[in-house]
Amino acid sequence: MTETRAATEAPAPANPVRPAGPLPPARATRARTRFSPAPYLLLAPFLLLFAAFGLFPLLATAWASLHRVELTAPGQAEWVGLRNYSRLLDDAFFWNALLNTVTIGVLATVPQLLLALGVAQLLDVRLRARGVFRVVALAPYATSVAAATLVFALFFGRDHGMANWLLGTVGFGPVDWQNGPWASRLAVASIVVWRWTGYNALIYLAAMQTVPRELYEAAALDGASRWRQFLHVTLPGLRPALAFTGLVSTIGAVQLFGEPLLYGSGAGASGGADHQFQTLGLYLYEQGWVNLHLGRAAAIAWAMLLILVVAFALVRLLRLLLLPRPKRSGRAA
Amino acid sequence: MWSGRRSRGAYGIALALLLGAVLSAGCATDPAEPSPAAARQRSVDEDGRRITLTVGVFGTFGMEEAGLYDAYMRLHPDIAVRQTSLTRNDVYYPQLLTHLTAGSGLADVQAVEVGNIAEVLATQADRLVELGTVPGVDRRAFLPWKWAQGTGRDGRTRALGTDIGPQAVCYRKDLFARAGLPTERGAVGRLWAGDWRGYLAAGLRYRERAPEGTAFTDSASGVMAAVTASARVRFYDARGRLVVAENPAVREAWDLAAAFARRGLTARLQQFTPGWDQAFANGRFATVACPAWMLGYIQDKAGPAGRGRWDVAAAPRPGSWGGSFLVVPAAGRHREEAARLAAWLTAPAQQARLFARRGSFPSASAAYALPSVAGARHPYFGDAPVGALFATAARGVPQAPVGPKDALVAQTLADVGMLQIDQTGRDPDEAWRATMKALDNALDR
Repeated sequence: MTETRAATEAPAPANPVRPAGPLPPARATRARTRFSPAPYLLLAPFLLLFAAFGLFPLLATAWASLHRVELTAPGQAEWVGLRNYSRLLDDAFFWNALLNTVTIGVLATVPQLLLALGVAQLLDVRLRARGVFRVVALAPYATSVAAATLVFALFFGRDHGMANWLLGTVGFGPVDWQNGPWASRLAVASIVVWRWTGYNALIYLAAMQTVPRELYEAAALDGASRWRQFLHVTLPGLRPALAFTGLVSTIGAVQLFGEPLLYGSGAGASGGADHQFQTLGLYLYEQGWVNLHLGRAAAIAWAMLLILVVAFALVRLLRLLLLPRPKRSGRAA
Repeated sequence: MWSGRRSRGAYGIALALLLGAVLSAGCATDPAEPSPAAARQRSVDEDGRRITLTVGVFGTFGMEEAGLYDAYMRLHPDIAVRQTSLTRNDVYYPQLLTHLTAGSGLADVQAVEVGNIAEVLATQADRLVELGTVPGVDRRAFLPWKWAQGTGRDGRTRALGTDIGPQAVCYRKDLFARAGLPTERGAVGRLWAGDWRGYLAAGLRYRERAPEGTAFTDSASGVMAAVTASARVRFYDARGRLVVAENPAVREAWDLAAAFARRGLTARLQQFTPGWDQAFANGRFATVACPAWMLGYIQDKAGPAGRGRWDVAAAPRPGSWGGSFLVVPAAGRHREEAARLAAWLTAPAQQARLFARRGSFPSASAAYALPSVAGARHPYFGDAPVGALFATAARGVPQAPVGPKDALVAQTLADVGMLQIDQTGRDPDEAWRATMKALDNALDR
């Protein structure tokens, strides 16, 4: 949450200094003549923490990405310019990791958000023991990723796994969930779906409960089916929640790390024998902490950030181009 | 690993953490592990004489379990010994490097795996205390090649050997009997004595009458590791040049291991994964290449049901797979005391005790004559004379040079290429090319 806080709080200290046009002149002069350190002092702890744990790592990583630095001797850095970035362009392992990240990201995010919508809809209906269901929905989120992934690795075991046993009972042959390129990606994605569906469902549920009930009554009076009510009343009401979960899931998908690492059963960070489920996060880790190339790892980290920025810029652009009208009304609101 | 701590609410800082982690190695002292320093301060008595030494290890090293620290504390009432442990070396080793280069967060004595020892000595020598000259350290007590591995180019010995991994082959007597193979360990050893191809031939015989649902051996990677462990030159030549790609011994080991996979002699498992552990319990394979430290692992995983079924025979050729060292960081506050502790822990008597209690085989050859080693038998493995068996193997281990990236090379060969051949049926030549490509990328060549 640091980033959102930074976004809202960072302009705050800038305010008093700015020769604020729209402000009443009396306040503006007072602000200029009587400098008060109090706001800065109050903000100082946060700013210090942010500088130490937010800004400094970012800058130091940028610096490292322009050097050849090894973990065996981090003090000896050799300037290489953009070489760590340019080599990514023809690094087959990087593109493989990027493709895996996108594939697993789509395989995980789409079903996860759709399922979450369904679960939220079910929870929104008056059920007995709704509290119990909400706890159940949130339980996977509260489970440690390590524990969950190890259980999934056993579940998807080739020889004694439950998934293959279930497939066997309905007459299918066993699937190699570790080495099959698609099977392994599906398995990793399924862990993500399992862990985050409940969390997203609760966000949707909270948003659903803010939709005025009269709208549903009015829709019902007009003869709208439940499905049409969902499409035309619920979904529009959920738009901010959908945008938020979409954003957060995308960031999560790009950074996916723990699940594929642990799904590889603790045999290194290669993401399978053929790197078939090595994500960008995993490749970064492998470069930095297995191969000990800190500079190259730093470049991958920045590349991941750039990928996110570009992705969000594209989404904004698409929205501007494709949905001019809702965009304008949104701005007015 | 920060994966476990990640939470959706904290996604905003996750990226910063991810980035931060990359450079925390370089620039920051690690605040995450105050334990050694804190423990040290707490235990200094009012008169400042009683000190606490910490020993940092990975995996289950066994020194604590074998009671070595307790024994040392009884001998030295003014010293307390504590151990900090990380489960896996691939997590432990980068952290050790980070701490060494930062000069903080270190234990007084640190363990180093043999695959990393050359890199540590080549890049961190000035941050380590010389141990070869510490009173009580006798180089003649150690196997010459183990001593050499702990000695840097400058001729100073900064790492003392703990255990080594002399090889044998563990096998299931009951499965061998059902497949019509000999079961007595001498006769089993003669099946393949002198040549790893004999091991393959035995596998083919086993396959003809293999009990339902069993394979001859666990994995092609295991065979690969065992065969390379007995080569005179492995990944580096005597001048320290990386020769993986052109060394015929590596390629021979590769082809032989690939033959195991291609001919269906393996259970297609990956070592040190849950599936491999389960296969021990389910008796899915009849043999496994067995460095001394593997005996305890088998006993754990195969459990009481495996008692009396497993036995251990000599390997086709002697070799050593795995083993470790102790080093003393120069940044420590009690360097002298730590050096004396390291010297004591690696002395023959203590190594013999570690073998008797935990099965880690001594690198101090002087221990081989001690009755607790020479006469050692393993009840779980049909009372096999493991002391004599492994001592013979240890004396025959070729003095192969180790290089800075030994661990990384071995891991890439096992977890990328050989795994592809074994588990996805990839063509050995194709897998070899993929492995060499992965290796070049990993080594930044």
